Amino acid sequence: MSLAGHLFRRILLIIPMIIGITLVLFIVTHAIPVNPLVVILNEKSLENPEAVRSATEKWGLDKPLPVQYLIYLRNLAQGDMGTSFKTKNPVVDDLRDFLPATIELALGSLLFALILGLPLGILAAVKNGRFVDKVSLVVSLIGASMPPFWSGLMVLFVFYYKLGWLPGPGRIDSRLTGPEHITGLFLVDSVLTSDWVSFWSSLQHLILPSVILGWFTLALITRITRSSLLEVLSLDYIRTARGKGLRERTVVLEHALRNAMIPVITVMGLAFAGLISGAIMTETIFAWPGVGRYEVEASINLDYPAIMGTTLLFAVIYMIFNILVDISYALFDPRIREQ
Amino acid sequence: MQLETEIHLPVVRPSESPWRRSLHTLTTNRMAMAGLLIIVFWAIVAVAAPLIAPYDPFAQKIVDRLQGPSAAHLFGTDELGRDVFSRVVYGARISLPIGLVVVVFAMVIGSAIGASAGYFGGIYDLLIMRLADITLAFPSIVLALAIAAVLGPSLRNALIAMMLVWWPQYSRLARGQVLSVKNNEYVAAAEVVGVPGLRILFRHILPNTFGPILVKAALDAGSVILTIAALSFIGLGAVPPTPEWGAMVSLGRFKFYNWWLTTFPGLAILTVVLGFNFFGDGVRDAFDPRTNTKA
Repeated sequence: MSLAGHLFRRILLIIPMIIGITLVLFIVTHAIPVNPLVVILNEKSLENPEAVRSATEKWGLDKPLPVQYLIYLRNLAQGDMGTSFKTKNPVVDDLRDFLPATIELALGSLLFALILGLPLGILAAVKNGRFVDKVSLVVSLIGASMPPFWSGLMVLFVFYYKLGWLPGPGRIDSRLTGPEHITGLFLVDSVLTSDWVSFWSSLQHLILPSVILGWFTLALITRITRSSLLEVLSLDYIRTARGKGLRERTVVLEHALRNAMIPVITVMGLAFAGLISGAIMTETIFAWPGVGRYEVEASINLDYPAIMGTTLLFAVIYMIFNILVDISYALFDPRIREQ
Repeated sequence: MQLETEIHLPVVRPSESPWRRSLHTLTTNRMAMAGLLIIVFWAIVAVAAPLIAPYDPFAQKIVDRLQGPSAAHLFGTDELGRDVFSRVVYGARISLPIGLVVVVFAMVIGSAIGASAGYFGGIYDLLIMRLADITLAFPSIVLALAIAAVLGPSLRNALIAMMLVWWPQYSRLARGQVLSVKNNEYVAAAEVVGVPGLRILFRHILPNTFGPILVKAALDAGSVILTIAALSFIGLGAVPPTPEWGAMVSLGRFKFYNWWLTTFPGLAILTVVLGFNFFGDGVRDAFDPRTNTKA
C-alpha cells in the first residue's frame, strides 16, 4: 500500500477510536448519579427555567442514556464539549487557551532531554560497560524513580527559595501580562513582537519545570540512543569504516550515529505526546496554566465536561503522534519506505 | 583373558535450566541486588512499623507543631504536631501493599483476559483487544485521574482506578505471547488427546509465556507506587489523616520554611521506587531473552 493510502487508513481509524473512547468516558462519568444539569449549567442559570429547558433539550437529558450519548457525539462533532462547571466557559475554548502553555513546556522539556540525553547516550554506548555507561544507567533510573511533584518542590526550594537564582511558580513574572497573543507560546510571541522583557522572564520561568518534566524523557533518550548506537556499531559497514583506518570519532559521529538516530527520532515523537499529558504533575507544582493543571482542577471539582474534554484531547494527541511516528519510520528508513 | 571390560557410561547431567541461569545472572547483578535490598528494607519497616515508630502516627501534640528535625523528632513534626518520622514509617504500610496489589491484580487478571483472547480468538478477542486499545490510548495517569475523580477521593477508589487502567498492558503482552506459543506441536498434541481448552491454556500455554509478563511486573511496581502517590498528592487518593507519602508531601507543599515536611516522605517514595526500578531492570536483563544475549 502506498504511504498516502496507509496514512489515510490510519487517520480514518481515529474516528472509531474516538467513538470508543467517548463511550468509555461517558460510561465512567455517568456511573455516578449526579444531576447533569448541575454540571452543564452554572449555578445562576440553574434557577432560570428557560436555561434549564434549553439545556435539557440540547443535551437530551430527558432521554435515555444511550440517546444522550448519541447527542453528546452529535454536539462533539459540532465542536461542542459542553460548558466547564468551574470556569463557566465552553470546554473547547478553555482547552484552546490552555494548550499553548502545555506545548511550550513540553518543547522546553524535550529540548532539555535532547541536549543532555544524546551526548550521554553516545558516551554510554562508546564506553559500553565502563564507568560512564553505569553512571548513565543510574541517572536514567533515578530520573524514572523521582516523583515529579516532589522533585519540583525540591528544585523550587533550592533554586528559588534558598539561592534565588530562578523565579518561583508561574509562567511569567506576575507584574507582566505576557506578550501579545499570536501563537500562545510566550517565547515565540515575545520574539515576534520584540518584547524582550517578557522573553527573558518567560525563559527563566520555563527552566525549572522543563528540567523536572524532561528528566524522565532524558532517561528514555539516553537509553534508546545507547542501545541503538550499540546495535549499529556492531554492523559490518562500521567494521569496514574502521578497517579503512578512519578515526573512531568519525566512525561513531558520522557513520554510525546517522543510522542510530532512527529509533531515537521515533521515540522522540512518542515522548513528546507523553510530555504533553505527563505535564499534569509538573504543571500543578509550578502553577503552569496548561491543560494538565486544568484537568487536575476539573477532577477535583468533578467538572465532568472538562474531565471528558481534556481526557479526550490527550487521547487524540496520543493517537496522532502514534501515526506521526509510524510515518517518520518510513521517512527516515528507506528499507521500510520501499516495502 | 580378561572378560570384564570396564564400560564407561557417559555421565548424564541434567542440563542447566534457563531459569537457573537467569536467576544466577540476576543474583550476580549488583544493582539488582541493591534494589532488592532496598525493597526488603522497606518491607521490614512496613511489617515492624509499630516497633520502629517512636510515636503514634496519628497523635497530635499542638505544642510541638512544626518543629525541625531533632533528636526527639528525627524528621521533625507537622502542623498538628505529629511526628513525621513515625508517619513516614507507617506510610510504608500503605504504599508497598498497594503497589503489590495493583501489579498482581493487573498481572493475573490482565494476563488471563489477554491469554484467553489470544487462545480463543474470534469476536471475544476483537472486543477485548479494542477495549484494551482504548484504555491504552490514554496515558495511565490521565485515565486514573478521571476515574478516581468520578469515584470520589479515597485510597480504595484510587486503587480501583489503577487496576482498571493497568490491566490492558498485560492483556496485550499475554495475548502476543499466547499467539506465538499456540501453534507449537505440544499444544496440538494436547488438543488431539482431548484436553479441554481452558486446561490447555492455563496448564500448557501460560507457564511458557510467563517470563516476559513477570519482567513487566517487576518493572511496573515502581511506576504504580509513583502514580498512587501522585493521585494522593492531588487529593484523589489517601485522605487525611492517613500517613500516605504523596499526601504528606502535599501537606508541606510551598512551606519552604518547613522543608522537612516534604523532603522526608518524598525521599521515602524515591527510594522505594528506585529499589523496584533497580530490581526490575536487573530482572529484565536476566530473564528477557532479547536483552541477555547482547553483551
